[in-house]
Amino acid sequence: MSAICFYFQVHQPYRVKKYRFFDVGNDQNYFNGDENGNLNNEWVLNKVANKCYLPTNKAILKLLKKHPEFKVSYSISGVALEQFEEFAPEVLKSFQDLVATGQVELLNETYYHSLSYIFSEKEFERQVQKHKDIIKRLFNIEPKVFRNTELIYNNDLAQKIEEMGYKGILAEGADHILGWRSPDFVYKPKGGKNLALLLKNYKLSDDIAFRFSSKEWGEHPLTVSKFGQWVGAKNDSAEIINLFMDYETFGEHQWEDTGIFEFLEQLPAELLKNPHNYFITPSEAAARFEPTDEIDAPEFYSWADIERDLSAWLSNPLQHDSAKKIYELEHAVLETEDEDLIHDWRKLQTSDHFYYMCTKWFADGDVHKYFNPYETPYDAFITYMNAVQDLKLRINNHHNKKSPLAGVNAVDAAL
Amino acid sequence: MKILMFGWEFPPHNSGGLGVACEGLTMALAKEGADIDFVLPKKVPLKAEHLNFIFADGEVSDESFTKALLNAYINDAEYRDAFSKLTEEEQKRYGNTLFHQVNQYAKEAKEIAKEQDFDVIHAHDWLTFCAGVNAKKETGKPLVVHIHNTVFDRYSGLGVMGSEYEIEKEGLQKADKIIAVSEYTRNKVIQHYGIKPEKVEVVHNGVQEEKINAKKLENDLNEFKKHGFKIVSFLGRITLQKGPDYFIRAAKKVTDTYKKNVLFLMTGSGDMERQMMKEASYMGLSDKVIFTGFLRGEDQKKIFHLSDLFVMPSVSEPFGIVPLEALLQDTPVLISKQSGVSEVLQHALKVDFWDTDEMANKIISTLEHPPLGKHLAENGKQEAKLLSWKKAAQKCMVLYENLTGPSLA
Repeated sequence: MSAICFYFQVHQPYRVKKYRFFDVGNDQNYFNGDENGNLNNEWVLNKVANKCYLPTNKAILKLLKKHPEFKVSYSISGVALEQFEEFAPEVLKSFQDLVATGQVELLNETYYHSLSYIFSEKEFERQVQKHKDIIKRLFNIEPKVFRNTELIYNNDLAQKIEEMGYKGILAEGADHILGWRSPDFVYKPKGGKNLALLLKNYKLSDDIAFRFSSKEWGEHPLTVSKFGQWVGAKNDSAEIINLFMDYETFGEHQWEDTGIFEFLEQLPAELLKNPHNYFITPSEAAARFEPTDEIDAPEFYSWADIERDLSAWLSNPLQHDSAKKIYELEHAVLETEDEDLIHDWRKLQTSDHFYYMCTKWFADGDVHKYFNPYETPYDAFITYMNAVQDLKLRINNHHNKKSPLAGVNAVDAAL
Repeated sequence: MKILMFGWEFPPHNSGGLGVACEGLTMALAKEGADIDFVLPKKVPLKAEHLNFIFADGEVSDESFTKALLNAYINDAEYRDAFSKLTEEEQKRYGNTLFHQVNQYAKEAKEIAKEQDFDVIHAHDWLTFCAGVNAKKETGKPLVVHIHNTVFDRYSGLGVMGSEYEIEKEGLQKADKIIAVSEYTRNKVIQHYGIKPEKVEVVHNGVQEEKINAKKLENDLNEFKKHGFKIVSFLGRITLQKGPDYFIRAAKKVTDTYKKNVLFLMTGSGDMERQMMKEASYMGLSDKVIFTGFLRGEDQKKIFHLSDLFVMPSVSEPFGIVPLEALLQDTPVLISKQSGVSEVLQHALKVDFWDTDEMANKIISTLEHPPLGKHLAENGKQEAKLLSWKKAAQKCMVLYENLTGPSLA
């Protein structure tokens, strides 16, 4: 018997609009560009809503109704939820409809889809709490399972998550962590007690998420019966098959004309034809299975790229420098107790900003494979740092108003 | 492979990129086994191991004299002006217009082509196109024209391109194959001269190996740095094509908004030099924009070394080799998108030449965030090193072989 566990990641960052040095001190609105295009968050959100969220949610809802045994799980970042509320309430409504079926589980993450765990444990806790709050407010649910930004994971994080009361955590089923072992079992993190560790089956997940429409792929075109056979072949050797992917796979990464929606619509029925398959959610898996073995991951790793490390966000000096600059403002910005200012500071922590600054793909000559709303990673860095400069001025002004001396000291310490 | 190559200038008797490119390309071609006769219009004292010079007029001339009249970037008005200042004796050696000179060269080319033994003709830029076409007429050998610069780059917006355009067009049409120094230039050739796309190949320029391997220069201009100045430089002919006015406007925006001390160096000479000086002083930038005049070799390198950022704001730059030289001296670069070199550099800041706000924004960001300049410089240098003339020469050899293939076999 194999349990099949779907988890979809839903996320949209607040991209920084074209923001020049001349805007520093003059314009406090970093995020809402008014020109149409990839730096206008409302525009992007509506585009993705129409191509992906609305049609995919419609398809999933239909499937859930048709197959009461079908189950899926989502993690929807706080910044995505916030943008749905502001720009596309119908998308939020469609997610609420899904959750109302009772066949959908929601996971917790950091509200800002940030790298905060790497830089500040306290800030990380605050962002997780904030995400918990918005899920409670919008869906009236309290998640039991956690997934960190881009499945960034290590032993310490697992321990932290267990302390915070979660039943399970998600991570990549990376070869270098598993060794000879299979991702298709529930594991226990090193140092953990009862926390279940669910590992992505990256082969089967990426067949859908990355390779589905690739003509160079030997298995193209991917049909549901072929995929069903691959899953079925695992019935004797797999306890759980974790299919984790970005939700934008449907309609945005794989366009409608690739047949991705037909594939999705037929997949549950195809998988259910095999009596050895059944669907499960992460918290059900955590409750049902005893861990097979312990997983030791002393270093951070993630689900990104072939490297499965942090290099997409933190490899070149620009990424390190800008991340350091934003996190060292923590103390000074929190002291202001200015909600808007703190919110802006946090929006600047979203991992996508650092991803846009990545230059490692230049080496493979593979630049165009990676989407970037900025013309170059350098433009991304320059724009971001200008916004950070302005944020610093605002913090400074705040402190000067309160107590001139204390303020200068607080920011100076941060700079 | 024997090549009869027509040029107009050659280092050190050059005024800019064309001579440098001819030298780099011929050296690499020689290493690929090419046997090159390199024709120049006037006799100048030149020696090179890797090729054989032929001087079309056969006479010895005074070096400075030759430089004044025959540089690859002169226009007819400048030529006439220079010509009028010559003595009667000297005038005899030159035609009284640039076109006369071009025609004279073409006539002489016929004779040279008759005497020499070669497989392919290769002509660099419009000044030598008539010579190349005549050599082809005379011998029936295939003609390759190499376009480093079009009239649309030289006179963008000036509308005085008549005869030069006609000569360029004839050369492009009569050539068997065209080499463009970038996609940017290839598109111009296709768009403005009615040339079929399949006839035009891109061969990007390279950087000479000696420059790649050159030892780092000790800098004797560090005094500025000690006083905390940040330095941004422009290096090139101070002419419309190179966009010096956009550099000045960006300088103004930087000094207006950025608190730190920044100096802007303008290195080079050209017909807009005085105008630029005036403009800088009108803007109150006399102490911020420094004109160094035309510099060569080691002095150029010092400028790069001194600079926190090198800017090439060209209005239209078919290739643009100077940013690569800056990168080889560990200086990050900001280049206009209207340039061929922007096709081959990832690790460079890029702007539209007219967007002086963005130019200033990027200048300030580089000065303000040291990791940015450092990352650009380190990675850009690696990229520049990979742009060797060897690759360019190999492409040319394939092209020659395709043109001559059957008869050689």
